[in-house]
Amino acid sequence: MSPALPRRRATLLLALLPIAPALAGETAAVTIDNFTFTPAVLTVARGAQVVWTNRDDMAHTVVSAAKPPAFRSHPLDTGDTFAAGFDRPGRFPYFCSLHPHMQGTIVVR
Amino acid sequence: MDNDRRKVLRCMAWVGTGLLWTVSGGVPRTLGTAEAATPAPGFTFAQISDSHIGFSHDPNTDTPGTLKEALDKVAAQRPPMMLHTGDVSHLSKPEQFDTAAQLIGATGIETHYVPGEHDWLEDNGRPFVARFQRGTKQGAPDGGFYSFDMQGIHFIGLNNVANLEPGGLGMLGAAQLAWLRADLAARSASTPIVVFAHIPLWTVYRDWGWGTEESAQALALLKRFGSVTVLNGHIHQVLQKVEGHVAFHTARSTAFPQSAPGTAPSPGPMHVEPGKLRDVLGVASVSFVRGQSHLAIIDTPLGA
Repeated sequence: MSPALPRRRATLLLALLPIAPALAGETAAVTIDNFTFTPAVLTVARGAQVVWTNRDDMAHTVVSAAKPPAFRSHPLDTGDTFAAGFDRPGRFPYFCSLHPHMQGTIVVR
Repeated sequence: MDNDRRKVLRCMAWVGTGLLWTVSGGVPRTLGTAEAATPAPGFTFAQISDSHIGFSHDPNTDTPGTLKEALDKVAAQRPPMMLHTGDVSHLSKPEQFDTAAQLIGATGIETHYVPGEHDWLEDNGRPFVARFQRGTKQGAPDGGFYSFDMQGIHFIGLNNVANLEPGGLGMLGAAQLAWLRADLAARSASTPIVVFAHIPLWTVYRDWGWGTEESAQALALLKRFGSVTVLNGHIHQVLQKVEGHVAFHTARSTAFPQSAPGTAPSPGPMHVEPGKLRDVLGVASVSFVRGQSHLAIIDTPLGA
């Protein structure tokens, strides 16, 4: 996979940055590259919308880890997006139901 | 029968008695051809896996085409039965199920399916069960697991792709394990058992989720049987392991290869040089010879 090295660098840089808070009513982004949600932990204000974009050449899903799930995407093929709104404060862990080792968390303040 | 054919027959007999795992792309073309022309010494069935109809990226933008090639290879051997170990589709879409069902159905070979996680993406797998496990006696309503008997062999199709947990491996669940216990209770220890499921029933590589959480419990139930063969897919490459009376084997995909465990940053599609794709896709042929504890499995790449 030729772009693997730049992708890894990008992941590393993001990992070193402090988590970026989004403003209420704003849209925050999570990208999926190389079977990884980035950022792994995203902090947003109440009322924010989070949009996941699958940039992998493999399908993924975004499924809340809560029982029952608080949100659940259809399968996302390459380039597909999924949006969910977060109105309540709390921690919302999620994972990819196709590749359960892929995990992330939305923190709503 | 000419001399070459006799040699091949002796060779095949040895395969049946000695457990030959042909794990690389090194299956001689002549063996595959002769095997197609000669009845195998025993009962032979085929395994295909991970057809991923709907996937259309590098290295394979024609997954129906490579599935058709794989099926042609299987059909040339005229096996009485074929197993598909899951990920029939890429995204559980009705049109993807349609394409696979039409291509596989056109062979006229009796085919038994278990779901992969890519087949279980909508409505708790019901569309997959309704289409590909119709007529089976489900172990639990819409559970996606069942068993059947053929030629004295007890075949058990397990579903380890439902209710996957964050950070976890494949899952069988308490209800399926209870069913398995009851299903095996009435069988004598001399009954050859073939278990087929999508995700490997041993931990190939935990970091990529390549294993099944309760595999130890399932294998404990199988311990008293003299011949157990476990056939899986999911990892798009041939791996094998023998543990006591249990032989584990994973089949190639008919769609795209994946990297060896831990050798790439992620378990995504492995990119291959143009013209090399058919060396890393393939089908498996499984032969049972009465009196032998292990089944003989021959993996044949599409390019052979």
